Amino acid sequence: MARFNKLHAAAAALFLLMALVVPFIPSDYLFDAILTPMLAISLAALGLNLLAGYAGQVSLGSAAFMAVGAFTAYNCLLRVPGLPLLVDLGLAGLVTAAVGVFFGLPSLRLQGFYLAVSTLAAQFFVQWALTNFAWFSGGDTSGVITTPPLFIGPMAIDSPVRRYLLSLLIVAALTALAVRLVSGRAGREFLAVRDHELAARVLGVKILRTKLFACAVSSFYIGVAGALWAFLYLRTVEPAGFDLDRSFEILFVIIIGGLASIRGAFLGAAFIVVLPLLLSRAGAAVFGSTFDSGLVDIVEKIILGVLIIFFLRVEPAGLSALVARIRWQHITRSRTVETSGSLT
Amino acid sequence: MSLRKHLAGAVFAAALAGLGAPAAQAQTPGTQYFPLQSYRVGPYAAGGTGFFGGFIDYMNLINLRDGGVNGVKLSWSECETQYIVEQGVECYERMKNSNPPPSAWNPLSVGIAYAMIPGITADKVPLITIDHGRTDSTDGAVFPYVFPLLMNPYSETSAIVNFIGSKVGGDQNLGSKSIVVLYHGSPYGRETIPIYQLLAQKYGFKLQQIEVPDPGTEQEAQWLEIRRIHPDFVVLRGWGVMNPVALKTAQKTGFPANHIIGNVWSNSEEDAKPAGDAAKGYIALTTQATGTSYPVIQQIESTVYAAGKGDMADKSRIGSVYYNLGVVNGILNVEAVRIAQAKFGDQTLTGDQVRWGFEHLNLSPDRVKALGAAGLFHSIDVTCSDHEGHGLVTFQQWDGTQWHRISDWIAPDWALLRPIIEASANKYAAQNGITPRDCQSQVASN
Repeated sequence: MARFNKLHAAAAALFLLMALVVPFIPSDYLFDAILTPMLAISLAALGLNLLAGYAGQVSLGSAAFMAVGAFTAYNCLLRVPGLPLLVDLGLAGLVTAAVGVFFGLPSLRLQGFYLAVSTLAAQFFVQWALTNFAWFSGGDTSGVITTPPLFIGPMAIDSPVRRYLLSLLIVAALTALAVRLVSGRAGREFLAVRDHELAARVLGVKILRTKLFACAVSSFYIGVAGALWAFLYLRTVEPAGFDLDRSFEILFVIIIGGLASIRGAFLGAAFIVVLPLLLSRAGAAVFGSTFDSGLVDIVEKIILGVLIIFFLRVEPAGLSALVARIRWQHITRSRTVETSGSLT
Repeated sequence: MSLRKHLAGAVFAAALAGLGAPAAQAQTPGTQYFPLQSYRVGPYAAGGTGFFGGFIDYMNLINLRDGGVNGVKLSWSECETQYIVEQGVECYERMKNSNPPPSAWNPLSVGIAYAMIPGITADKVPLITIDHGRTDSTDGAVFPYVFPLLMNPYSETSAIVNFIGSKVGGDQNLGSKSIVVLYHGSPYGRETIPIYQLLAQKYGFKLQQIEVPDPGTEQEAQWLEIRRIHPDFVVLRGWGVMNPVALKTAQKTGFPANHIIGNVWSNSEEDAKPAGDAAKGYIALTTQATGTSYPVIQQIESTVYAAGKGDMADKSRIGSVYYNLGVVNGILNVEAVRIAQAKFGDQTLTGDQVRWGFEHLNLSPDRVKALGAAGLFHSIDVTCSDHEGHGLVTFQQWDGTQWHRISDWIAPDWALLRPIIEASANKYAAQNGITPRDCQSQVASN
């Protein structure tokens, strides 16, 4: 069904590069501080993009679903001895999907801004529940969870490269699944619901089922992303780390990356996660000793803001559309060259 | 391939190389290096600028006055965290491979400290959480690299109850009293809930613990509840903007400020001053006294600031609570290095060697006096099994413009707390597959 075109080949090549070449770069910093969090944010953004970009249901509860995933993964691992890590991550996704469907119920009646506001309920409720019931954090009164040692079979996931590779494999597998999903019937139904609900209903799309399915799939992805964030990146998690700011961050990732686009989630995450680090590293290297670090930080924020405005001005449809346009120009230009060549 | 593609490839490669390159910033070789995860912007900048300002000023004093620690100069670099955990972790990753290697980490953030524990334990570099942090990391057998110096949250709780006991004429009178704990709705705020319950059982006072949701800008409901309960004392376990709002709301509901006892994160000028009149008479706990009357602070002013190397943009904050905490933190770090040098030689030490210094950090009141800090803080005695170091605390009262000490140095009830700390530490050890060290044999071998 899925056509294997040039884009897929490029994605596969990128995956091989990231899986076979990048791990040999001898830098813990690259893995622990950049690539692993970027992969987790990409996956969460991908999940949100399925819901908001494809199915048109805006959500401000992404961080809450990440928290549900993280805490589910932690509790399953703590309470079920010998549970394999991959099964645990799957469970995290499934529980989050169930929670997501519950909080997705208002989407049957509400649209647009009203729906976005109603998803805030998820954001506040989940944080409240996780902080007020010590059971969720294994009885630790401070509510901060530390992840136990992780194993896949006999192999301990204890080095930056291993944590990165595990995230990469999970994210790649789920991305491939998402590509299949959106290029198939489900993806077309999502788009139909997004573009015109009434028309979709007339065409025979089951609105209720499609919306709840979108909520479930999206939450599954975000839940797994939350578990990756907690287990493979921070390795300690408190509910406060999944606040509204994180939900906004993920929303910005898909807006900047491009709505209704798979690669948009990755481009956006790269922009939001990596660019501030590059700026901050450059700032520290150039001004580190002369200016106070707070001032440098503020200047970086200003530059980042200007860049965001610039990109959105140049390409309101996001980085994904920008990439597509560059590619298109490249194709048309090479065609022109070919034609003129044949004339002479 | 188009030029643009080449360019894009080059930019990508450069970015990857730039980020992946050993993250060490150029440090002066042969120095003792301290990576500082400071926060000078964001909602908690008042604490960050004061604390790290005091810390840096003290290290500058050691370099300028003494030429370093036994000839080894101190060096440091800052990385802005904004008190955000992810940024703090990124700073840690960025600075951990520096050359010379990090001596110790001082993030001054519970969240960042928690996230760094697995990493620094693997790196063998100590993590200092002065006056805060994971309470059970006091048990050095399970947490060899974590040091909640001077005071952990449980000790703080016990000291506050002891102080209230002294206010009502002895612990035997606590039984007839009623205490409300007003705490910040965060992991930090909740950490002491079971300890207050334990102490209420022990002394028989009536206890109610009321949560204020973060950030705590609205407290009418909570203070109406307090008025209904009519307690003898309110313990304010606040953070940031919650503190002045609590004091103002207390005044509105008619609760006297001199019966509100603030904890160590509700004890700064930045907590009391914004409340104006409402704060007059407010009492708070501290591990270090305020003011500039101590020789070490005066030497900082006369040596560091005279040379134009002072870190504080606002010089009037020298001597404030956070600033003096930074200075005390500087003293503890520098003395740990000095003690470790006595064993390993006067040279640049590794993090693990500095850890040994922290584990033998014994500053008697006489030694504190020799350091010019008599009265600034009391003393400390860290051992393998006790990473807190029996720090004493004192209480101060706000007169509308500044703090005045109103109590002697008070000791928490360590014996009561120790079994709870050990139980919690052992649970952590079991969950994380850690075999606790045998501190008895450590003592014997040294």
